[in-house]
Amino acid sequence: MLLIHCPWCGPRDEIEFAYGGEAHRVRPADPSALSDAEWADFLFLRANPKGVHRERWVHAHGCRRWFNVERHTVTHEILRVYPPGAAAEPDAAVAEAQPPQASQQGVRS
Amino acid sequence: MSNSHRTASGGRIDRTRSVTFTFNGKSYQGCAGDTLASALLANGVHLVARSFKYHRPRGILSAGSEEPSALIQLERGGHTEPNLRATQIELYEGLSAASQNAWPNVNFDVGAVNGLLSKIFVAGFYYKTFMHPQSLWMKLYEPLIRHAAGLGKAPKEPDPDRYDKMHVHCDVLVVGAGPAGLTAALAAARTGARVILADEQNELGGSLLTSGETVDGLPAASWIAKIEAELAACPEIRVLRRTTAAGYYDHNHLTLTERRTDHLPRGAAPHLSRQRLWNVRAKRVVLATGGHERPLVFADNDRPGIMLAGAVRTYVNRYGVTPGKRAVLLTNNDSAYAAALDMQAAGIAIAAIVDVRTAVNGPLAAKARAAGITVLENRAVVATEGGKRLTSVDVMPLAADGGGVVGMARTSIACDLLAMSGGWNPAVHLYSQSTGKLRYDEAAACFVPHKATQALHCAGTCNGRFALPDCLAEGVAAGTEAAREAGFTADAPLPVPRAEADAEEPLRPLWVVPSTQLVGRGSGKHFVDFQNDVTAADVLLASREGYQSVEHLKRYTTMGMGTDQGKTSNVNALAILAQSLSAPIPQVGTTTFRPPYTPVVFGALAGRDVGELADPARVTPMHRWHVENGAVFEDVGQWKRPWYFPRAGESMHDAVNRECRAVRNGVGVLDASTLGKIDIQGPDAAILLNRMYTNAWSKLDVGRCRYGVMCKEEGMVIDDGVTTRLGPNHFLMTTTTSNAAKVLDWLEEYLQTEWPDLRVHLTSVTEHWSTASIAGPKARDVVAALAPDLDLSADAFPFMAMKEAVVAGVPARIFRISFTGELSYEINVPAYHGLRLWTEIMKAGAPHGVTPYGTETMHVLRAEKGYIIVGQETDGTVTPQDLGMDWIVSKQKADFVGKRSFTRQDTSRADRKQLVGLLTQDPTMVLPEGAQITAQAGGTVPIPMLGYVTSSYWSETMGRSIALALIAGGSRMIGQTVHAPLADKNVACAVVKPVFYDPEGVRLHG
Ligand SMILES: [Zn+2]
Repeated sequence: MLLIHCPWCGPRDEIEFAYGGEAHRVRPADPSALSDAEWADFLFLRANPKGVHRERWVHAHGCRRWFNVERHTVTHEILRVYPPGAAAEPDAAVAEAQPPQASQQGVRS
Repeated sequence: MSNSHRTASGGRIDRTRSVTFTFNGKSYQGCAGDTLASALLANGVHLVARSFKYHRPRGILSAGSEEPSALIQLERGGHTEPNLRATQIELYEGLSAASQNAWPNVNFDVGAVNGLLSKIFVAGFYYKTFMHPQSLWMKLYEPLIRHAAGLGKAPKEPDPDRYDKMHVHCDVLVVGAGPAGLTAALAAARTGARVILADEQNELGGSLLTSGETVDGLPAASWIAKIEAELAACPEIRVLRRTTAAGYYDHNHLTLTERRTDHLPRGAAPHLSRQRLWNVRAKRVVLATGGHERPLVFADNDRPGIMLAGAVRTYVNRYGVTPGKRAVLLTNNDSAYAAALDMQAAGIAIAAIVDVRTAVNGPLAAKARAAGITVLENRAVVATEGGKRLTSVDVMPLAADGGGVVGMARTSIACDLLAMSGGWNPAVHLYSQSTGKLRYDEAAACFVPHKATQALHCAGTCNGRFALPDCLAEGVAAGTEAAREAGFTADAPLPVPRAEADAEEPLRPLWVVPSTQLVGRGSGKHFVDFQNDVTAADVLLASREGYQSVEHLKRYTTMGMGTDQGKTSNVNALAILAQSLSAPIPQVGTTTFRPPYTPVVFGALAGRDVGELADPARVTPMHRWHVENGAVFEDVGQWKRPWYFPRAGESMHDAVNRECRAVRNGVGVLDASTLGKIDIQGPDAAILLNRMYTNAWSKLDVGRCRYGVMCKEEGMVIDDGVTTRLGPNHFLMTTTTSNAAKVLDWLEEYLQTEWPDLRVHLTSVTEHWSTASIAGPKARDVVAALAPDLDLSADAFPFMAMKEAVVAGVPARIFRISFTGELSYEINVPAYHGLRLWTEIMKAGAPHGVTPYGTETMHVLRAEKGYIIVGQETDGTVTPQDLGMDWIVSKQKADFVGKRSFTRQDTSRADRKQLVGLLTQDPTMVLPEGAQITAQAGGTVPIPMLGYVTSSYWSETMGRSIALALIAGGSRMIGQTVHAPLADKNVACAVVKPVFYDPEGVRLHG
C-alpha cells in the first residue's frame, strides 16, 4: 500500500485515496472544434509509461481535494506531489509545496 | 515424564509440566515448551503424514516454518484449522491433532496405490492424463482429482474466535529476533527511535536457541535474557513474539500476524482476540529473517526418519529430544558436523558422517574425528530402506566429477535417523517481496540480497552472512544505521558482542546426488518438493519438454506451489533445471516471492469486519416505524429501504398489488429519505449545472424544480434526478440513492480540476433531511390536513414547484414532483423530525386510507410511466437519446459534459440499443429481467440477440404484465413482434412505446 503525501493532510495510506488517471489532460475549451479522432484521443487514450508518470489522485476519505503525483510505475516511488493546475515541471512554488519526507521512500540501502 | 526419545536433561522445555495431547486419536504426553513436532518425536512418532500425490509415508523434515511435510489438521468443529505445520504448533493441554491427506488413516492409506501408478503422475500430469475424452472430465477426472488432491479440511462452522487489526507507525521495524535481529533492535532502540521487534517464535533468540553458542562470555540463554532486559528498558520498544511478518508491500508497509491465544487451550482466554493483524508503516526495516537449510536430493530421500541436520540439532538442543537412536549424516558442508557433535553429546549413536566433498579437513571435521565419529569423504547415500520408518542407508563412493558413483559395491549402514544438509538459503522472502534484487553467491551456493529498492537493511544469515560473529556485527550496524536514517543516534555506539565461530570449509554443491541408476530410472525417487511430490525426474522431464523458464517449470510441475511456497525446494529445483540446461544458476533465476510468508487465517484478514460489522447499515429516521409495521427490507447500497409492507397472510405479490392500487386510487406514502441530496451554493452555481446536466438551468425560477440527466464525457448517462432552485445562487440537487456519493465526487472533480474559477460550493445534505413522498389522487387532502395554512391549489402550487411551509408543526420544504405519475408531494423536514413527520402523515392520512409502500411498488409505478432507473435501464453504455430522451438534451447550449460525444460515430449509429416497452402476447406472462430478445422465434444457432429486458413487472394498474427493454433499433420497431427465448418456451412480445399508463401526464398535473 502506497504512502501518499496529501498536500493538505500529510502522509496517509493509499486506501484513503482514489486514483484519477493521467494528469495534465485539460478538457478542451471548445470540444465541438475537435475532430472525431482528436475527441477520441481526449476520451480514451492515456499514457501508460514504464517509468515516471504524472497522475491525479484525490484524498477521497480525507480532505476530498484533488492533487497531482509524480510516481515511478515500476518502483512506485513517489517523486513529487503538487497541486492541480501547477506546472508539470518543478518550479519554486511547487518545490515548496512538496512534503519534506516525500523523497524518503526511494532511499536505497 | 517418560518419553522414549527424551534426553535426561537440557533444552528449553519445562520437564516439570507434563502436557497431555492426542494425535490421530491416540493420547500422548509432552512437556510445556514443546511443539507438536518435538512432542511427537519425543514419543518416537515420525510417521505423521501422507504425501500429496503418491500418499507416501512422510515424517517431520524441519523444525520451523519451512516444514513441507508434517501438515496437520488441528482441533475440530469451528476451531479446526488445516495445513498447520506440526513444527510451529505450540503444545497445550488437551491439544487434538490429526494427519491430513490419508484415508482411512496415516498407517494404512488406500491412496498409497497412487505410488504404484506413479508413471502417470509425472510432471504436467493434470494436462496429459486428463485431456481426453472431454466428456469424462466433469464426471470422472475432476471428482477424482478433487478427492485425491485435498490437503486439510476447511471448517464448516462459523469461526468462534475474534480477531483484531492494529495500525502502527515506527522508525525501525526489525523482523527476526536471532542474533542479528536482537542486536539490530537494541542498537536502534537505545537511540530513542520507535522500534518494533517481531519474531514468529514463542521466545526470542532464533538460531541461538538451537546452537547454544557463547556470546560476550555468556551462554546463549543468558545473553538472550540480558538483551531482552536491555530492550525492555528502552523507551520506545515493542516486542512482538509469536508474530510472523507475512507480507512486505510498497513504501515499507508490512503486515504482521500475531498469534495471541493459539498456544493456549481453545477457549481458555475469551477476553483476548485470537490473532492480531498488524499493519506497520516503518521508516526503516531491518530484515534479520535467518535462513533455511536445504535438503539433499537423493534416491528415496523422503522416508520418515530423514530430517534436516539443523532441525535435528534444534530438537536435541532446544527440546531435549533425540529423533533417533542411531544416525547417519549426509552433507555437502560443515554445518552438519556441529549437528553431529551435539547429537552425539545427547546420546545418539553417530554411525557415520557421509560427506560428498573429496577431502574435509576443517576445524569442525577435526572435532568430529576427535570425538570418534567416522567421516566418509567423497561418498554419497544412494538408496534408503524402511517403510514407515528409515531402517538403513546404502553408501557408495562418488566419481571425481560427482556425476556418478564408482563401481557397484554398496555399504549398507543400519540407522533410524538420517540428518542431511545441502547448505543454507538466506530467508530472502520478505526482501524479495519488497522487490529487492538478488545475487547468486557461488561460494555459498545461494541467492543473497543484492540491491534493495525500499528503505531496508538485511543483516546476518538473511544477508548471506552465516557465522555468528558476522550476524552480531551486521545486526549492530544495520540497527544503528536504520535508526540514524530515521533521525536517531545514540550517545555511544553499541559495542558488537563478542563471539567465536569455527572457520568453515567450502561447500560442494551436488544438486542431484547420483546413484547406480540415472534419475528417473528404477524405483528410487529423488524428491525436490516434498509437499507437492515433485521429483528431480519431473524437473528434468519438464525441461526436456520445453518448460525451461523457472516460472513455467513451477506451473507445469507444481513445484513450490504448496502451502510452504517451496521454502525447502525452490533453489534445488532451479539448480537442477539450470544443470539440465547447462546454464548458470543466476541465468535461470528464482520464481517470484509472494506474500504471505506463511499462510494467514481469513479471520485475521477480516478482523472485526464480519457479520453486522462487515458493512455499515444506513437507516432513515423512520426506520423504527418500518420495523414495527412489518416492512420487508431491501438493501440499496448500504441503505435498508422498506421493500414492501405485507399484511397478515399476504404474499409479496399481494402486498405490492395492494400498495399499487392504493397509490393509483387513493394515497400512498414512501420513505424517500435515502435519495441523495447535494446543496449547491455560489454565484456560479447555475453555470456548473449548465455544464454538468444536458439541459439548461439559467432560466429556472426560484422555487421551481427541473429534472436533469447527467452524462460522462463519452455521452453515457450516469445519473438523473430533480434539482430545485432555492435562491438565485442556491440549488438543491437530488440524486439516485446509490449514486449520491459518486455524483458529489463527479461534480467536485470538475470544480477542482477543470473549472477552479467557478465560485461554487457543494455539500452533501442527504442525511440532513428526512423525506416522505405522498402520492395518489388523495395526496392533496392529506397534505392539506398536515399544512392547513398552505394553498395547495394547482395554480398556487403547480407541478414542479417547491414551497416552504410548516408541516405537522415542523418547518418543511415541499416539492411537488412525482416518480409515480400521480399527484405527489415530497415533504422534506430536518432529519430528526423524520419519524414525527411520518407518524403525523399516517395519522392525518388515516381517514383517506393512506398506505405505506416500499421500493417494489415504487418500481412498478414508475415502470408503468416509463420512468427509467439509472443502473437498471442504463449500464454505462446508454445515451439519453437511446432512452428516447432527446427532449432533455439542449441544442442551444454550446457545451456541456457529454455533448461532443453525441455526434461521435458510435453514438450516432441507427442500430444502437434503444428503450422500448414490451407487451407479452400472453398478458399473464411476466418476463424475467435480463431475458434476451430475438427477432425470430427459434432458428439456427447462433441466433442474433437484439437486446434484453431491463425491467419487468406485473402491473396491477394495467391488469397485465409490462416490460421495458433495450433493443437494437428499437425506436423504429414499434408495433412489431419480437421474441424472448426462455429455457422452457418462447415468449412472443409486441414492441410498444415505453409508457404504459397516462401517457399525457394528466394525473400528475392534477
Ligand atoms: Zn487530504
